[in-house]
Amino acid sequence: MLKTFLTMLSYPFLVRALIVGILVSLCASLLGASLVLKRYSMIGDGLSHVGFAALAVAYAINAAPLSVAIPVCVIAAFFLLRVKESSKIKGDAATALMCSGALAVGVMTVSLTTGMNTDVCNYMFGSILAMSRSDVVLSVILSIAVLILYVFFYNKIFAVTFDEAFSAATGVQTNLYNMVIALLTAITVVLGMRMMGTLLISSLIVFPALTAMRLCRHFKTTILISAVLSVSCFLVGLTISYLGSIPTGACIVVTDIVVFAIFSFLEKIRERM
Amino acid sequence: MALLTCQDVSFSYEGTPALTGVNFSVEAGSYLCIVGENGAGKSTLIKGLLRLKNPSQGKILMGDGLKAAEIGYLPQQTVAQKDFPASVYEVVLSGRLNRCGFRPFYTKADHLEVKRNLNLLGIEDLQESCYRDLSGGQQQRVLLARALCATQKLLLLDEPVTGLDPLATAELYRVIDRLNQEQGITILMVSHDIGGAVEHADHILHLGHQQLFYGTTQAYCASEMGRHFTGGETKC
Repeated sequence: MLKTFLTMLSYPFLVRALIVGILVSLCASLLGASLVLKRYSMIGDGLSHVGFAALAVAYAINAAPLSVAIPVCVIAAFFLLRVKESSKIKGDAATALMCSGALAVGVMTVSLTTGMNTDVCNYMFGSILAMSRSDVVLSVILSIAVLILYVFFYNKIFAVTFDEAFSAATGVQTNLYNMVIALLTAITVVLGMRMMGTLLISSLIVFPALTAMRLCRHFKTTILISAVLSVSCFLVGLTISYLGSIPTGACIVVTDIVVFAIFSFLEKIRERM
Repeated sequence: MALLTCQDVSFSYEGTPALTGVNFSVEAGSYLCIVGENGAGKSTLIKGLLRLKNPSQGKILMGDGLKAAEIGYLPQQTVAQKDFPASVYEVVLSGRLNRCGFRPFYTKADHLEVKRNLNLLGIEDLQESCYRDLSGGQQQRVLLARALCATQKLLLLDEPVTGLDPLATAELYRVIDRLNQEQGITILMVSHDIGGAVEHADHILHLGHQQLFYGTTQAYCASEMGRHFTGGETKC
């Protein structure tokens, strides 16, 4: 086991994937708890599709992919989190619209420029080979920024997640903190989607939080456990992917599913006792 | 000066008036119940008192150094809270957020205040329990403790007994009475439970898109409208 792992570390691209993967998994699991509890589980899906369109356009106009995708996703995230207040189109409907709309734009752009090829497949299902050196540096800086901001705003994020009405009444700028959550989520999704793929990135947000919520009774332990689960599932998934030559994203999600099933089972047992 | 005064206050949504001509003042230590039918403007008035919505007319004045952020608010419960994995302690502690400002973490004083309020409401042995595992009555006590963490003077309760069984309702009214009488905390309660309102409050504000009645509970019970709405109950 250790030997396999050491061999993996001898490949520079795997080391890059490992560094970015661990950091992105951490960010996604921290934010995931808030998003799931605030009923925004689908936001990862919506944003990753927007990210896909943005990446396709970025390639078409020869711009740096992340510098286009991140601002576009941040705007989309603000829009999705704010949609709750305007009641004409509900949040889930807006997410669905955005998902399919952005996917369509992305596919059109791709087919008009480079044509449907392996690159598209990589966007959709992820590829750890997609990480260049400059990508890694940017990803590391951004995900550390996300982690620091999360720790700094932890108490406010808890209060806004638990009870927005009360927080607003006690003078907390709830809109500001919702925007902080949106911003952090958008960055995390864009960073993660290259590796996990458009179709699988939301699992990184949803699974660890939901798994931890099976057994945890405190918010702090929920966050900590979901962070630990997220990173360990990533490591296991990456190893399986290396051993079996299977796409990384799919391996990570399958590992997540197995762990989720185990935790649900333990929850059932505890309820019976 | 009164703790809270509304002078000819009106609210409107996009030009359509929702509530007009509200005039009342709350003295420190009193217990005011705001009653009225659905859509009568009670929630709008609460938003106004919490400074989440500006009145389209009139003024809301606060006395005795009360700040809007120091009103202890007990909102109606949300769906998200039903499966929320948070301990009672964490929930109550979040009531101290208005003391933090830009400081990211809580201080020792905040933790002491949480302990004091948990004791005051007799839920100190629940502090490590998970909020979602509690009964409705216990949850309301936890939220009451959180509201107390945010205030020393004024509690604003939004339909606190809705959804509670009769026993838990009576218990919660007892707790609120005690806070009012022993701790001298001013109570402002929005309620559908008109029987409970006239039994416990000393003042009644009756809304129906405008102010229909404001005065002491005795005067309310004696009035034509009071007799009509209480259904001739003799509790007052």
